[in-house]
Amino acid sequence: MIEPSAYCIAALLVLALLGVCTARIAPLRSLIYPACGLVCLTLLAIGVLSLGPEVTRLRLPLGLPWIGVNLRLDALAGAFLVLIGLGGAGASLYAIGYERHEPEPGRIVPFFPAFIAGMTLVVLADDAFVFLFAWELMSLSSWALVMAHHQEEGNAQAAYVYLIMAVFSGLTLLLAFGLLAGAAGGFTFDAIRAARLPPETVAIAFVLATVGAGSKAGLVPLHVWLPLAHPAAPTPVSALMSGVMTKVAVYGFIRVVFDLTGPPSWWSATIVLLLGGVTAVIGVLHALMERDLKRLLAYSTVENIGIVFIGLGLAMAFQSNGFTVGAVLALTAALFHALNHTVFKSLLFFGAGAVLHGAGLRDMGRLGGLIQRMPWTHFAMLTGCVAISALPPLNGFVSEWMTFQAILLRPELPQWGLKLMIPVDGGLLALTAALAAACFVRMHGITFLGRPRGAAAQTAHEADRWSIAAMLIFAALCLVLGVLPGVVIDGLASVTSGLLGGRMPVQLSDRWLSLIPVSASRSSYNGLLVFLFITASTLIVVFLVHRFASNTKRRSPAWDCGFPDPRPETQYTAESFEQPIRRVFGSLVFQTRETVDMPAPGDIRVASLRRFRRDLIWDGLYAPIATAVGATADWMNVLQFLTIRRYLGFVFVALVLLLLALALWQ
Amino acid sequence: MTESASPSLLLVQLLQMTLVIGLAPLLTGLVRKVKARIQRRRGPPLSQPYRDLRRLLLKDVVLAENASWLFRVVPYLMLSTTWVAAALVPTFATGLMFSWTGDLIAISGLLGAARFAQALAGLDVGTSFGGIGSSREVMFASLAEPAMIMIIFCVALIAGSTQLSTIADHMATGAVGLRVSLALAMIALIIVALAENARIPVDNPATHLELTMVHEAMVLEYSGRHLAMIDLAAFLKLLLYVSLIGCLFFPFGIAQSGAGPERYLLGLALYLLKLLAGGILLGVFEMSIAKMRVFRVPNFLGAAFMLGLLGVLLLFVSRGM
Repeated sequence: MIEPSAYCIAALLVLALLGVCTARIAPLRSLIYPACGLVCLTLLAIGVLSLGPEVTRLRLPLGLPWIGVNLRLDALAGAFLVLIGLGGAGASLYAIGYERHEPEPGRIVPFFPAFIAGMTLVVLADDAFVFLFAWELMSLSSWALVMAHHQEEGNAQAAYVYLIMAVFSGLTLLLAFGLLAGAAGGFTFDAIRAARLPPETVAIAFVLATVGAGSKAGLVPLHVWLPLAHPAAPTPVSALMSGVMTKVAVYGFIRVVFDLTGPPSWWSATIVLLLGGVTAVIGVLHALMERDLKRLLAYSTVENIGIVFIGLGLAMAFQSNGFTVGAVLALTAALFHALNHTVFKSLLFFGAGAVLHGAGLRDMGRLGGLIQRMPWTHFAMLTGCVAISALPPLNGFVSEWMTFQAILLRPELPQWGLKLMIPVDGGLLALTAALAAACFVRMHGITFLGRPRGAAAQTAHEADRWSIAAMLIFAALCLVLGVLPGVVIDGLASVTSGLLGGRMPVQLSDRWLSLIPVSASRSSYNGLLVFLFITASTLIVVFLVHRFASNTKRRSPAWDCGFPDPRPETQYTAESFEQPIRRVFGSLVFQTRETVDMPAPGDIRVASLRRFRRDLIWDGLYAPIATAVGATADWMNVLQFLTIRRYLGFVFVALVLLLLALALWQ
Repeated sequence: MTESASPSLLLVQLLQMTLVIGLAPLLTGLVRKVKARIQRRRGPPLSQPYRDLRRLLLKDVVLAENASWLFRVVPYLMLSTTWVAAALVPTFATGLMFSWTGDLIAISGLLGAARFAQALAGLDVGTSFGGIGSSREVMFASLAEPAMIMIIFCVALIAGSTQLSTIADHMATGAVGLRVSLALAMIALIIVALAENARIPVDNPATHLELTMVHEAMVLEYSGRHLAMIDLAAFLKLLLYVSLIGCLFFPFGIAQSGAGPERYLLGLALYLLKLLAGGILLGVFEMSIAKMRVFRVPNFLGAAFMLGLLGVLLLFVSRGM
């Protein structure tokens, strides 16, 4: 199965070249996205077909002469090919409609296929050189896409922060692979697997790989670029970056930690559990305080990456203690959540893009009442919001439920760090799920419900047919994955048996298609029946009420306790909705404060309410680094304006110092 | 589990589904009666909630001019999700036919889905009271739901299962004994139940002062059959929590699957007694405590979360706790 996927990468690269050529020819340019979509569907099919025990390899005479380009397709790579194919096909479908109203289509069309090609190549790479090359291709093409609308305020800065973090991530991965390859330079993954490395080397490589993959995935505190860059990109690219690229980073982490360096150690599991829990809670709290729709979704991506890493940390903890049943369940839950996140986050970004196009802005504080003007977008977004809030019977609930079940297995672990960290992560995960529901009630309610808060919301129009189709397909997938989780879990069995040497019980053999993680007496969940029960009882109630009770309705002005105010400003806003939660959680995490300036009676000053919020991670970690770099640059700036005499003097001093160092060395 | 489907189990399941929806208004009527007697009023008769429902059902619906389809669908969804959740909680017998459909976490998720729908409906018309209700409701939920999950963790770790029937069977055998973590979980569950059902000290179900309303503020715009559905869902939720506390912490007398009909009758009688006790205790408790300020509630619910987490930590550290 490896040759077709190599052809797919080649086809995507050709499409990128064609994109360069046709950037200014509209009729030809609009053919690139459908072609991209077809290639992505092929990748999806290849991914599904390769979910088995067999491994295929391919060596191409390109790249470094003594290694070549090594590609390999196993079940893990196949699972992530499914994600890339699914997300890529959806984004391409959406982009067909999006392209027609894009002001700068020529800036997007060459990089879009290149971006997908880069992500596919990361997943297929079988040596460190190809992996890093593809990683950088993915970073740089997505950077170019973030820069597509560089005239807009803030986008250039976002792209700059993204570029720095991408370089940092590439650098740490380079060092990690350098350590793993050893002095002999065994850069192929087979050589790395076979090498017997001392534990200290593996430990340093683990930290470096976690930092490198984690900064791409958006682990706190390396997430700062994500809420800047993801919203700045054009909508289909935002969906790809949030829905797919972060998962490719998760793939990199899994490949290094579970496959290349052998069974993980318990302390590394503790670190990953801690990072995952903190990331989930910080991400969702940020999302709750955000007014910009796309930034909110980007922070929610940070949250979901945290949930995935909680699952991965559990798998590492169980694996390090030889508890395969638990490790398999936790890893399956993490991979399932990654798939779910690809589906609903792409859907939500499509919806945010539809709102941005239909109403012309993405600040939800000036929207409202869009349910009347954008009914299809509203329906699809509602499905996505329910799914991401982990509510049954949709898909988000299933993967979080499985993560809870993995925590509840509670094996006898000898390490105190894990004994404390695993239940604490359970609490953090529960808190995250509840806060995510609050966040998406707020986002959906303020944007789509209520009364329009301005002219933009009053004159909004529905998205085009292609965008609606993309959203509805993904909304349907949210339901299908929620009611038939067994299909996914059985598909992931070959991944876990390849990595951990075990698999979950066969799910589809159950008569009622229940989801049974370990045994039926322990726990089971049947999304299909829950869905059918809810539907049936709703129908019964509707029938009974409309048959035997009143069936008439009248319209009248809103009641509002007798004092309805027709001005839309009197509605609850995004800020007032979040205020109680800001007061409960924000005072600690964001150091939020509110100051009220209320003039005395008779004074005609305007009353004001100001709120302050600090991003402690940016202020505490990134701002000092930026200040230090700036100060050093100012100080070094003197060197630019010296006389030739002094430059020669510096050269002489440098030479003497080097010679001295050489002499002392020997 | 799934192979043990038999006509008697189906009968028990159907009986339970009609029983919960039939008894739910009665329990609320009982609580109201108890509160009225403590206030030395005669109070409305026990059947008053049924009459209220009938009256609401026969009235016209008055919708706000800009109310959307979501506003009209939400009452039905709330009732059906709450009903499905209540049907999964063993009341007088374990081994319900569809018990394996959803475990305790799924029940909590179903109640969360009902609340999600209700909070959205509160925002639909765009009035300030709807917003205040939704906003405060999700703030309470953001602490009550994780507390509930921690309670579920406590009982699931002790029983080795999250299936409610299995847990109730396990608890009913008496092999569990007295445990610190279970005591913590019970206190936490009572706090969560008070908050989830909008009872004093968190919210006042009988309030007429707008600024103190949470649940009532969200449903302010509803009328007629829609309001009847929402009220019935609230009654069902109260019954669900009382049954849940009963089957987790006081499971004595609950009929196990395969038992004879006399066991079922005994279980039913004991279940009614448990409901009676629960209703009286709730009424007495509500009359003996004052309502909290809204921003004291997070401390109250945070305590429940911390108690639950403490219980889980104890169970992870030592199996005997």
